[in-house]
Amino acid sequence: MKTISGIPASYGIAIGPAFVFTRIEIVIEPCNIDDPEGEWKRFVEAQEATLQQLDKAFLKAQEELGEEAAGIFAAQKLMLQDPELINTVKYRVKTELINIETALFESSESYAQQLEAIDDEYLSARAADIRDVSSRCLRNLLGLKDSPADGLRTPSIITAQDLTPSDTVLLNKDLVLGFCTEVGGATSHTAILARGLGIPAVVGAGEPLSKIKTGDSLVVDGDAGEIIVDPDKQSLNNFRERQKRFLELQAEAEAISHQPAITTDGHQVEIVANIGSVDDVQPALLSGAEGVGLLRSEFLYLERSSLPTEEEQYQSYKTIADAFGDRPVILRTLDIGGDKDIPYIDMPPENNPFLGVRAIRLCLSRPEIFKPQLRAALRAGYGNNLKLMFPMVATVSDVECIRELFEECKEELRAEGQDVAEEMDVGIMIEIPSAAILADQLADVVDFFSIGTNDLSQYTMAADRTNAQVAPLASGFQPAVFRLIKNVIDSAHTKGKWVGLCGEMAGELLAIPILLGLGLDEFSMNPPAIPFAKRLISSISLEQSRQVAEIALTLKGDQEIRKYIQEVVPEVNRG
Amino acid sequence: MPEIKLTITHKVGLHARPASIFVKTAAEFSSDIEVTHGDKTVNAKSILAVLTLGAHQGSEIVVKAEGDDAEDALSALEELVTNNFGED
Repeated sequence: MKTISGIPASYGIAIGPAFVFTRIEIVIEPCNIDDPEGEWKRFVEAQEATLQQLDKAFLKAQEELGEEAAGIFAAQKLMLQDPELINTVKYRVKTELINIETALFESSESYAQQLEAIDDEYLSARAADIRDVSSRCLRNLLGLKDSPADGLRTPSIITAQDLTPSDTVLLNKDLVLGFCTEVGGATSHTAILARGLGIPAVVGAGEPLSKIKTGDSLVVDGDAGEIIVDPDKQSLNNFRERQKRFLELQAEAEAISHQPAITTDGHQVEIVANIGSVDDVQPALLSGAEGVGLLRSEFLYLERSSLPTEEEQYQSYKTIADAFGDRPVILRTLDIGGDKDIPYIDMPPENNPFLGVRAIRLCLSRPEIFKPQLRAALRAGYGNNLKLMFPMVATVSDVECIRELFEECKEELRAEGQDVAEEMDVGIMIEIPSAAILADQLADVVDFFSIGTNDLSQYTMAADRTNAQVAPLASGFQPAVFRLIKNVIDSAHTKGKWVGLCGEMAGELLAIPILLGLGLDEFSMNPPAIPFAKRLISSISLEQSRQVAEIALTLKGDQEIRKYIQEVVPEVNRG
Repeated sequence: MPEIKLTITHKVGLHARPASIFVKTAAEFSSDIEVTHGDKTVNAKSILAVLTLGAHQGSEIVVKAEGDDAEDALSALEELVTNNFGED
């Protein structure tokens, strides 16, 4: 038995044999030809055949996967008829007397590389599309008809280095139990496809995946982002049991995901989403999110070579906030430093970056970075319910410095005659122990708190969350962390302020009864967790949660707390 | 050669569906049509070339056309971009 870790891309448990999807290598032999006319005719025939295949793929995708996936094939058709590409190919065949395969391969590869060179996730995916469509045409030219998908005859878990749209549309979806890929992130084709089909998936699992052979026994745990190779009998039984319960609960949870989360004794809390880009808006809305509790703004700063302009930021924030209308969207200002580095922002090396010039500390020291973001937020929040939140605040004077810049931006915008969100709520993340301890002071100077349990745990426990040896200490399920959370919530409520939580813990079913019992007002989590959280909250009472929380805070450690919750609140078990 | 200056308001920029419609519209005319973003000028009838422009929301583009139906082509493209590619 062996466990491979990757990125969880689509929820659920899949159990079955592996089917290793290997693309057929296309070997292009460059050679000279003497009949350019005949060579061109070969291309026209192959192009025609390819366009017909793409039409079929379009219809199949439309039926099985929806308009968005089908659109990929429409775009590929356009690429294969692109006048610039076609003219280059034709010109090279005619003047250099090279074979059509070489001309097509090299010309399309050149476009793919140009698209890849632009720092943009969307355009990199288009580079994959041009390669995909040119390979299809090359297969037609070379008479390679066999698709690697043909070998799939029994229900299997598909493992691959990566999957292109053409690959995935060829697969017989009735036989696909799950996906795992070596590369890719949560927004890769495979991830989107898997979520669309409701099939468990783990992506970005890296090189260890390449050792898996067709027929190997596999489990894909889409919740934990793990792939288990050759599971032993006992864990296989556990996974089967979890899978069964998961499917039952999923149906139950989805049925109520668009209803408010109200406990059996009538206490309502807010369930909102953590999102990190404009593309995350639809999945969040579909999952039943009542707003956004954490909009990470880093997406605007990553994968590019210069700072995003105020205008770019304004457009993105406004698009997202408007999509939620009256419902709240909480924008967190730039959180870099620590393990998150941005090449074009000059950050001198530090001995201990997690304790250094990170997040708000960096922003306050670099107003030329911070002010465009504040201005963009103030403008974007006009006419919707955008709120602003600052990461890594340690003291009241941090907030005073922020307020000063914030007011300065407001005045500038007013003077320029811009529409400004005059009443925008301003909150802070509670993720440094000093902020948790000083919550009573901080509650006087902000409108709300959002607890970031990932950092609060690692700073409280002095345990690096990326170091597997101390990971249980940084898990957040520590009495010390829960006591800090209690202090934050009590202090805020005394001053009439509300408290949210946007760390991983908010979506962890085992933590929800405790947080509910401590009086947490808002739970912000990854969209797939929302239906499950709503279902759990609707099936327990505030009264019981209060008692559970009180006892949990007296227990001595991570395991003890988990065990206790599992025993007294059986509703937490998802499978 | 007549030219027009346009700002891309669509949220995905001159990518995806907007780029496809833009190119398809340009291809309906016999005139030679060029589109410029920053210091890069490409054939407006080529989806691959248009994508490499990397024109985002808020980007300004210049469209030039030459040929019998140049004016018609420019007004069709202008209408497309200012109407946000037929969305909202």
